[in-house]
Amino acid sequence: MNKQLKKVELLHKNYIQSLKVEKRWVRFYQAVIFVLFFSIWEFLSRNEWIDPLIFSSPSKIWNLFIDNIQDGSLFTHLGVTLTETIFGFLLGTFLGVFIAAILWWSPMISKILDPYLVVLNAMPKVALGPVLIVALSPGYPSIIAMGAIICVIITTIVVYTSFKEVDPNYLKVLQTFGATRFQCFKEAIIPASFPTIISTLKVNVGLSWVGVIVGEFLVSSKGLGYMIIYGFQVFNFTLVFLSLLVIAVIATIMYQLVDLLEKKLIKQ
Amino acid sequence: MSFLQVRNIHHTYFTKDTATTALSDISLTVEEGEFVSFLGPSGCGKTTLLSIIANLIKPTEGTVLLENKPVSTLKNDIGYMLQQDYLFPWKTIEENILLGLKLSKQLNEKTKTNTLNLLKQMGLNGGIEKQLPKQLSGGMRQRVALVRTLATEPKLLMLDEPFSALDYQTKLKLEDLVSNTLKAFGKTAILVTHDIGEAIAMSDRVFLLSPRPGRIYKTFEIPKELKRLSPFHARNHEAFQGIFQTIWKELESLEQTTEKSRTPS
Repeated sequence: MNKQLKKVELLHKNYIQSLKVEKRWVRFYQAVIFVLFFSIWEFLSRNEWIDPLIFSSPSKIWNLFIDNIQDGSLFTHLGVTLTETIFGFLLGTFLGVFIAAILWWSPMISKILDPYLVVLNAMPKVALGPVLIVALSPGYPSIIAMGAIICVIITTIVVYTSFKEVDPNYLKVLQTFGATRFQCFKEAIIPASFPTIISTLKVNVGLSWVGVIVGEFLVSSKGLGYMIIYGFQVFNFTLVFLSLLVIAVIATIMYQLVDLLEKKLIKQ
Repeated sequence: MSFLQVRNIHHTYFTKDTATTALSDISLTVEEGEFVSFLGPSGCGKTTLLSIIANLIKPTEGTVLLENKPVSTLKNDIGYMLQQDYLFPWKTIEENILLGLKLSKQLNEKTKTNTLNLLKQMGLNGGIEKQLPKQLSGGMRQRVALVRTLATEPKLLMLDEPFSALDYQTKLKLEDLVSNTLKAFGKTAILVTHDIGEAIAMSDRVFLLSPRPGRIYKTFEIPKELKRLSPFHARNHEAFQGIFQTIWKELESLEQTTEKSRTPS
């Protein structure tokens, strides 16, 4: 009996060990790809196998990165873009959920608005950029509006669908207690749709970045999008790549934060 | 005047292409403290009838009176228990059982203590109040659902096949528990089921419904000696088989007549 137990313990240990080994190899190859990518880029650029003017090189980007941190300009641009993205993202998500709630509240309104939602969803929202800038004046408001408008319709559609798919028996339980429609919404619809709402957050992080960067392309005064368009205009592609890399890192961090939030909230 | 009066209920469901009559000319009365069952094959409108009595659906025609008042004017006098427990998975057991009180704004220290005591009476103690429904077994969850239904102290209880999703052993135990609890509180109850044995073991009267459209086909008075017994013991009583056979035969003949009527001539 005791022998058997020890054997199982040993096998379990081996299993854990094998998982660890596998994880280590995965990390190793991920690092290899990272290092290879940047060293090949550096190598090709130094030997002028690719045009260093267009493709720059990791070392140049790094130097520019240090310079821009020292003179503080990177932080200014990053701060501007981050603020716009976060506000656009929050505004788009809340507005989307709010509209979804109205549609759920009144089936009549939902029927009336249905074709408009389809049209608005199909239309590329960034095309509204020039109109927004003229209407809201170039600067924060118009760019935040870009970030919001790009995710609001899809949020509305996805969240409204999940509102409708809540098991009607939960509503029946509430109705037998004489619950009002608002109570039904609060006690059943919202909590049941919570996972969907959180997963739209993840999609919206990506979408609002698109809206904000395009907005900054158009307004061209501040932000990482401005850095890209400025670098393009003066043909400083080191600057373009620097902002691209910064965007990639920050957007990933934001996505991971939302992911963490999701895991925490869903667990409860 | 009877406690519950159901008068000439007709109900028709409309869709774009069809108008299906689910219930036709249903009239019945239930006395206070009585336990009755609606028995019948699927599609005979049992659940529709229950929903109409509970004021969840408005009937096309007819009225339902509870203590001489139309059910549409009542609030929280009728409790409803569904086929599955439908406990809210994101709420703890305590939040679930206090839900009805919270929604009707009757939640205070006294009602809360009463409800938690009721949970204990159902044999659910040992700190399960703070647990989530998914941590409980099917039978426990259905007991919690019963506590939730009883918490608002309804005068009339509707049981819509509440044991059909459970395994046989749990089902027998719960039948006893529900029957004893309702008797202890003197509640009036209506059970919907397609299980003949369950209907006999639990009820004082059984209404047999015929399908398409649902009508009351026959009413059976359960023998006195069975009424006194708990469902489990009733099942073992010698009178049980007799009434079981009678109802069984009626159901058979009902099936034959409906089949005949559907055969094209």
